[in-house]
Amino acid sequence: MNILTAAASCLVLMAACSGVAHAQQLAGEPYIHDPSTMTLSDGKYYTFGTGRGGLVSEDGWTWHAGGERPGGGVAPDVIKIGERYYVAYAVGGGGMSGGHASQVKIMWTRTLDPKSPDFGYHDVGVVASSDGVENHDAIDPAFLMADGHLWLSYGTYFGSIRIIELDPATGQRMAGNQPVDIAIDMEATALMYRDGWYYLLGTHGTCCDGPNSSYNIRVGRSRSPTGLYVDNMGIPLLKGGGKLVVAGRGRVYGPGHFGLIDLGGGMEKFSMHYEADMDRSGRSVLGIQPLLWRDGWPAAGANIPAGTYEIQSERSGGALELDVDFVRINFERQRGFFGPPTTPVGPIANLTLEQDSAAWPQGPLAVDLGDYMIKPHQQWSVEPVAGGYMGAPYYKILIAGTTRALAATADGKLVADAAFSGTAGQLWRIDQLTDGSYRITPRLQPTSGGEVALVAAGASTPVLARFDPASDAGRWTFQTP
Amino acid sequence: MTRLHAILSHGVPKLLIMASAMMAPIAQGADAPAAKAPTLAPFFAPASAQPKATDADGFLQRWLLLEPVEKPNRTNTVFTGSYVRQAFGTPPFTGSFTTLPRDGQKVSVAGKPLAWHALDSSLFDVKLFNFASGLGKPTYGVIFWAVTVVNSPREMQGVRLAVGSNSASMWWLNGQETATLFGDRRMVMDDVVSASITLHKGRNILRGAVINGPGLSDFCVRFVDEKGRAITDITTSTR
Repeated sequence: MNILTAAASCLVLMAACSGVAHAQQLAGEPYIHDPSTMTLSDGKYYTFGTGRGGLVSEDGWTWHAGGERPGGGVAPDVIKIGERYYVAYAVGGGGMSGGHASQVKIMWTRTLDPKSPDFGYHDVGVVASSDGVENHDAIDPAFLMADGHLWLSYGTYFGSIRIIELDPATGQRMAGNQPVDIAIDMEATALMYRDGWYYLLGTHGTCCDGPNSSYNIRVGRSRSPTGLYVDNMGIPLLKGGGKLVVAGRGRVYGPGHFGLIDLGGGMEKFSMHYEADMDRSGRSVLGIQPLLWRDGWPAAGANIPAGTYEIQSERSGGALELDVDFVRINFERQRGFFGPPTTPVGPIANLTLEQDSAAWPQGPLAVDLGDYMIKPHQQWSVEPVAGGYMGAPYYKILIAGTTRALAATADGKLVADAAFSGTAGQLWRIDQLTDGSYRITPRLQPTSGGEVALVAAGASTPVLARFDPASDAGRWTFQTP
Repeated sequence: MTRLHAILSHGVPKLLIMASAMMAPIAQGADAPAAKAPTLAPFFAPASAQPKATDADGFLQRWLLLEPVEKPNRTNTVFTGSYVRQAFGTPPFTGSFTTLPRDGQKVSVAGKPLAWHALDSSLFDVKLFNFASGLGKPTYGVIFWAVTVVNSPREMQGVRLAVGSNSASMWWLNGQETATLFGDRRMVMDDVVSASITLHKGRNILRGAVINGPGLSDFCVRFVDEKGRAITDITTSTR
């Protein structure tokens, strides 16, 4: 998808941002501060926060307290390398009782599932520290494995952010490695590597004050892991720079502590905590949003908010629609084209649902792609329903004003059912891709042959088929109707 | 700022109380960092007699800094414009904003003598927290006053004062209010850029005040031209 399309779809979302909250707020009890990078272990997703415990989820949408992480301290991070889950965490510092003496420690386990016989942490030891006087506070560690090297950034608002290199085989600091300052006035950092660029993400602002917290996530990039990291204006992160990635929106305030979730297939998301979920008494909660890439910079995407949309194919520009007869809109042709400029003009109504649907057959209908003509049979009501998957709710997709539901059949066909009943075939995943377009995937999947998604097999023919991240055939945008 | 701000401003948040309670004490031994006493070095050195050039990016590194004036605040979120103006409304010095204090000169604030220090910053920014801690003075809940002489080789019209500060600050050039940075600020270069101003040929007096509750405090100041390019052919002095 091109940049213009991405921008257009973003504008659509921005226009509806007041309705973002429901599609953005995870289910369960997702209470956490400083979540670690989300990690899959034994079929479950884990994230750990400040304190001992963490959160666990089977689907990435509904989260409950769970997981065990000894050592306490603040803001851990987790990375899986080979058969080991390495956990970095900090003890001390963080301004607790005014102190900034801290140690970053490493430990590892073969599984994060406390019920597994393989569960058990092994201490690696201290890999970084601060003495309590220097302008540095060794907390908030974050891993990056890139190009065969294991990096660890750490630090907080008190002075510098630093980076060191660890031995991926042991988790210990590489012999002779010295910390390098890479940013100031930042905390809760994270690292990413993409297309030859190292990205340093960190949180600016104030935390821990509920809806008065000004936390927001910023980024700079460098060709070298040790910097110099600069933002989009060329301002070094060592001089306070940082391009905005995500700020609070809707009913959630103060995002901080970025963690990449790379789902593959052109789909990336990121975890964070919001300082305040206004629908949960302002508690700090886990958040997950799509991650976009624009001109080499990461940016926050958004789950589709409830609303009515044209669903447009990136392949052909065709609008997903019921395959029904075209109904004309009556108007005075001579006025429309040849009328003199002095002829009075007035509004003409769009085609109504009643007019459009008068001859629709009963029962399931076929769907196809057509030129968007602002017809009711091309306008879909998209609404989250109960349940979800990684960072997003399931949606029902109905022709607006009707019960006709976009559905996948058990034999892999695409239809519009006459009524919505909530079956798996009528539930959809809508994942924003890194270019801003969306992948639309039925919850009901075939038992063999791999996952299928909504794909434009022809310019006018939508089917359920394997999604190819290199093609526009499976990319869709949601446009205001 | 940030985490510490919140802790001091509202008491330790529940989450952090939990975290703190579960923390193991710092181990003493090979892993335990050695404690050091804060010093002005390496952040500051005494100002020399000769005017000081800007750094390569135009940042002004020579300043007269007044020891911190105590102004207790448990959070930086209170630094609204009206609050900051009131806090800076009674400067701890006599004369106009163009009066230059002397190195070592003392002023009395609430019965406490505070001294001016003529210093060169070793960095692009002026680490006020380290200035205070290096002198054994309060670091949190304070107001810092700063002044420098900007020597311009010619009249420069259409320039702008570019400031970043942690936390809120106000700046006056030749006695005129020139830039204000209100709210819970973190320092970023060129955070606030003034309206177009004129640097006189010769001496210009630049004065600033920075207020901070908890957390680090610093500022960075430079002049930029109408295209945002750093002005580097000026010097600063403290006499």
